[in-house]
Amino acid sequence: MKGSRFTMGNVQTVPPAQGEGSSRRNFYVLAIYGLWAAISAALGLPALVYLLFPPKAKKSDPWIEIGDIEHMAPNSPVELTYRRTRIDGWKVISEKSTAWVVKTAANQVTAFGPQCTHLGCAYHWEDAKGVFLCPCHTSLFSSDGKVVAGPAPRPLDRYQTKLNGTKLLIGKLLGTPEKQS
Amino acid sequence: MRRRIRGVNNWVEHRTGIQSAVRQFLYEEIPASSGWHQVFGSVAVFLFMVQAFTGALLAFNYAPTPGDAYNSLRYILTELTGGRLMRGLHHWGASMIVVVVVLHMVQVFLYGAYKKPREATWMVGVVLLLLTLAYGLTGYLLPWDNRAYWGTVVTTQIAGHAPLLGPYLSRLLGGEGEIGVVTFARFYGLHVLLLPPATIFLLVLHIFLVRKHGVAPLPGDELKPKKKFYPRQVFKDTVAIFIAFAILFMMAVAVRVPLEQLADPTDTSYIPRPEWYFLFLFQTLKLFSGPLEVLGSVVLPALAVLLLILVPFIDRGQMVKVTRRTVAFAVVLLAAIGWGGLTAAAVRSTPKDPLAAVDYSGPTDWMQLSPEEMVGIAYFRKENCVSCHAIGDQGAAVGPNLTKASIHKDAAWMIQHFKRPSAMRPGTSMPPIQLTDAQLNSLAAFLLKLNEKNATALDNAPDFAAQGALVYQTNRCGTCHLVNGGGMRIGPPLNGLSKRQSRGWVEDHFADPRKMAPGSIMPSYKLAPKDLENLTSYLFALPD
Repeated sequence: MKGSRFTMGNVQTVPPAQGEGSSRRNFYVLAIYGLWAAISAALGLPALVYLLFPPKAKKSDPWIEIGDIEHMAPNSPVELTYRRTRIDGWKVISEKSTAWVVKTAANQVTAFGPQCTHLGCAYHWEDAKGVFLCPCHTSLFSSDGKVVAGPAPRPLDRYQTKLNGTKLLIGKLLGTPEKQS
Repeated sequence: MRRRIRGVNNWVEHRTGIQSAVRQFLYEEIPASSGWHQVFGSVAVFLFMVQAFTGALLAFNYAPTPGDAYNSLRYILTELTGGRLMRGLHHWGASMIVVVVVLHMVQVFLYGAYKKPREATWMVGVVLLLLTLAYGLTGYLLPWDNRAYWGTVVTTQIAGHAPLLGPYLSRLLGGEGEIGVVTFARFYGLHVLLLPPATIFLLVLHIFLVRKHGVAPLPGDELKPKKKFYPRQVFKDTVAIFIAFAILFMMAVAVRVPLEQLADPTDTSYIPRPEWYFLFLFQTLKLFSGPLEVLGSVVLPALAVLLLILVPFIDRGQMVKVTRRTVAFAVVLLAAIGWGGLTAAAVRSTPKDPLAAVDYSGPTDWMQLSPEEMVGIAYFRKENCVSCHAIGDQGAAVGPNLTKASIHKDAAWMIQHFKRPSAMRPGTSMPPIQLTDAQLNSLAAFLLKLNEKNATALDNAPDFAAQGALVYQTNRCGTCHLVNGGGMRIGPPLNGLSKRQSRGWVEDHFADPRKMAPGSIMPSYKLAPKDLENLTSYLFALPD
């Protein structure tokens, strides 16, 4: 189109390789890179924010009652199954979950998260050997959660616990006491 | 260092030829007349890439099934940072791409650039236009709100009425008269799996053909030396792309795309309207009735597309200067007038639907009222208070404006005043309000909540919400349930109900709670159909 700001002069003289034309050419090239950089940033940065920022958190009561510990034998871990509601993306779901609960002789109660600290497999209690055994890579944990053998990098994760009479309530899954401190 | 870079470049060039390919692409010769009028094609390709990018990002947080689709989109809009921007870009980008593709087409048409040997380029372009519209049609369903649902009902019915092919088309679309999971899956599959590769294939073919025949020259170009595509024309394309993107970005930020209420197949009051670029078809349909309807819905549009495809064979004359193509200008002008007239008529005939105006993608002021305050709105309307009082800028000015903080008294004063206006304000002409104490209490609760900031929003609270809250209060739901922080926790809190249960489930649950939720202690409620509808709509409108 004639008269446009960017097409100064006669079209027939284009493209001159040298002199005055080359500075105009530099302007074109610079503008092309600049504008595309601006577009990429305006699309890319919000996209990163959108993908990486966690969803706006919702508060919910973290304490869940998972069972009665009155008749538990000391130092003999029991897997307690309970239902919990969890926010899963755009859904609120009610799902079955478990925790390994150990009562010590001193009536101290510990609740372990049900996943091995190595790669997240479900472990179980081997009554005969008196250890927690992870079947994936044979990590072994003692009844107080310490690593006995195998590749597990840290002791079993524990839930926050509190007792309401003989009813056990668990809260957030924390690391081990060593990790917290 | 520099030598090393050159070494790497040479290695890559020798193995892939990528540099010479790029150079060949950029240093393509174009006619001397090339310029700003040829930027639309590039802008369209760019917008397609924006759609693909934002579409993929939306798909990362989207569940393509009815119900879940709605909730996941709401999650994107309300809980993800940047989610509203992504949806805004995708939504307005869809409109913008239609505009740009049509502009591209008009330019090619006016300049006669479809003439021999470029007929195939034009025809591929027409198919690309149809694909663009197909995205619009299939994408319209994906939010699964009322607008999406009812718009698609009409679309699939039209497809079903096509001569000969009708039944097969509606089976292909999974329609068969009902819109459900199958239709949804088909539309989603088309939108994200079939249309994009088809578009990319045809786009590559289109650009290949443009390159093969070269950019169409104008008469007189053959006497002038050719130009290079890079950098001058690339610069112009880039500037045009940047302007288009800036407009798109501003729209995505500034113009909120509403999300209506969850699709409700039982909603008899909803007035479906297609996206704006389809309104002319919608209006055309109205011109035909009875057995002729198929003319407007299928035959005429099909003929128009056929005509468009055949343009290069209808106009076979020599290429002439664009300023002398009076017939072409007349055709474009007539098409624009026809399109504009039909669209304007369709817009004018669209009644204002208060339900459609409700945006569910974020909590608005009225959604956060307690049921008690909401009920106050119902009484405020029932007693027709606005015939004397203004709230916000709406209503008469006989009595004082109720939004002004200066007239606000406490609830006890108000209730006394409602019962015997002259006792509290001697000489007032306000008649006493004939309501019970509890009802007056609600009215006062609402008025106490009113301020200048929320007046318009509260005044526009949909009637179903006020009526639903009334049903909620009459049945004393608040003695067991919690809404917006008010009520009891004996039953489950009702905020976010729409995320947990379907509408049908909730309605069945009122009639027989134990059947739907074994062990429930909730008594059953036999509600009148209208009450049931209002109550459910109200509960579903509550923020999470």
